[in-house]
Amino acid sequence: MMSALIQCEDVWKIYRVGDVEVQALRGLSVTIQQGEFVAIMGSSGSGKSTLMNILGCLDQPTKGRYRLNGIEVGNLKPDQLAGIRNQQIGFVFQSFNLIPRTSALENAQLPLFYRGLSLKEQRAQATAALGRVGLQGREHHYPTQLSGGQQQRVAIARALVTLPSLLLADEPTGNLDTQSSQEIMKILETLNRDEGITIILVTHEINIAAYASREIMIKDGQVLSDRVTKARPTPSPVEA
Amino acid sequence: MSAFVWLTILTALRILARNRMRAGLTMLGIVIGVAVVIAMVSIGEGAKRAVQAQIASMGTNVIVIFPGVTSASGVRGSQGSAVTLTVSDALDLKKRIPLLADTGWAKRDVMQIVYGNRNWNGPINGISPSYLTIRDWSFTSGGPFTQTDLDSAARVALIGQTIVGNLFEPGEEPVGAVIRIKNVPFRVIGVLSPKGQSAQGSDQDDVIFIPFSTAERKVFGTSFIGSVGAMFGSTDQVEDLPMAAEQIREVLRARHRIQTEQDDDFTIRTQVDIGKVQEGTSETLTMMLFAIASVSLLVGGIGIMNILLVSVTERTREIGVRMAVGAKRRHIVMQFLIEAMTLSLVGGVLGIALGITGAKLTTLIAGWPTIISGNVIILAFFFSLVVGLFFGLYPANKAARLNPIEALRYE
Repeated sequence: MMSALIQCEDVWKIYRVGDVEVQALRGLSVTIQQGEFVAIMGSSGSGKSTLMNILGCLDQPTKGRYRLNGIEVGNLKPDQLAGIRNQQIGFVFQSFNLIPRTSALENAQLPLFYRGLSLKEQRAQATAALGRVGLQGREHHYPTQLSGGQQQRVAIARALVTLPSLLLADEPTGNLDTQSSQEIMKILETLNRDEGITIILVTHEINIAAYASREIMIKDGQVLSDRVTKARPTPSPVEA
Repeated sequence: MSAFVWLTILTALRILARNRMRAGLTMLGIVIGVAVVIAMVSIGEGAKRAVQAQIASMGTNVIVIFPGVTSASGVRGSQGSAVTLTVSDALDLKKRIPLLADTGWAKRDVMQIVYGNRNWNGPINGISPSYLTIRDWSFTSGGPFTQTDLDSAARVALIGQTIVGNLFEPGEEPVGAVIRIKNVPFRVIGVLSPKGQSAQGSDQDDVIFIPFSTAERKVFGTSFIGSVGAMFGSTDQVEDLPMAAEQIREVLRARHRIQTEQDDDFTIRTQVDIGKVQEGTSETLTMMLFAIASVSLLVGGIGIMNILLVSVTERTREIGVRMAVGAKRRHIVMQFLIEAMTLSLVGGVLGIALGITGAKLTTLIAGWPTIISGNVIILAFFFSLVVGLFFGLYPANKAARLNPIEALRYE
């Protein structure tokens, strides 16, 4: 029995830019189950970034309900949202967003730093996370010493280190060449298939979206289409 | 939490080490402020100690009583010009006030002193033998005169180091020599130990002591026999000085038949009073130092605030990332506060080091005495911490209030 990880019901997001009211999301509803690999597509201005921000608990809906793992997110305070991000969500950004002049290991440690773990535990878990994305031996490299693909892998390790239930990837291959893009997508695919991590991917490249098993098109702040593109693999019963 | 604090301090130090030039310039305000205060206080303390030594050279626990002015109206003479105090006043005070360990008296005039073919104009003091003990004079050679000398108006003299230097050849033994004061021959029976400058800056060693009776009858030609230029009293304990001074006042007023509404015809000064004047001076100095310190710490603090604001802007994206992975507001506030305090503390410590070096160099080069006080160092350290905390608050809060979405998107 799958529990719904994400439940959005009639979500509105309205910004006010000067006198103009911008309706970024207009009554969007979507449900995503645990273990899905979803690609969100749409042109710029469609509202997909706003949706990602809300799903990632960086932002809150103006109207409507968003439940993550059964928790109503709309009424939480900033620090409570920070707590949820720390415990349940991993982010992968287009521009990697690694902290400059800070080693791969320390970048991967960052979420654990805010959990107040001891330095020893932080190091052990971050080293393990870097191992999972194939960066053994590169723990002490700085971002400038790593290729784009490697930097994005550090970012994935940083997202994974807290064992999140949801991984949000916002155009993760947007700054990468074809080969690195494929490597990154393979890693995400493996994480979804073998570890059952729910992945939501924003992209506008069709061949990248093809890695996902469900494709949601957003237009004008509403769901335009929502289709299953391939049979979802049965989640592995094996837990690490 | 403590792992978090330690790691944040480490991170802060690393960021500072990375921007050494910038951090150095930022800290400069604090460094200079703290250094100036430490150096100035050290020099001030040294000067204060020197002044205290001068005051102590007056003698221990001394009360000085000067005659008052001649009249309250018309042409007024200078202090000590009246003849209101007498030897019998001094003797009576000693008898009536048990707090007084001893009383003495003196009268002075500047006169020419001749020895061989040299001469000198110096103050001649006719004194009671007790004066020497009250004012704590000691001898490098010879010794004091006695009550017998006083009773017989003996022509004997004690001379100070300045007189020795001006009348005698180096190495010549003054004791036993005969000098002439206003053409009256005096035998030198003692040479006084040097005392240096007085608290008022006069040369205490430019002095000749002769028995009071000799001065009165053979040198000064006083019209009022028994009148004195000043009286001195001493107490065993410094705490007794104010009480003794008050009792002296009462006795003298009674002896001089001064009505309640009339002013005293004498002035009483104690060592404590003189000390107070000095304290007042050093308080003014201290206030000035605090003003300088406040201004430079303020300037230094503004520098730190400025650089942190720049840093918050530069690292907006980093702050966004930290927030995205779960940093709470207090985490961001702490990070920047710790950076601010690290800056100000490192600046403070450098300033302390520089200040101590400056004080030592002053002693070495200018020869001024300096005293480095531990309290000032602790205070400087504490203040630089507070400056960091205070001026770090605004940038830290600014960072913590950033919207994570906008921060992540910041170019």
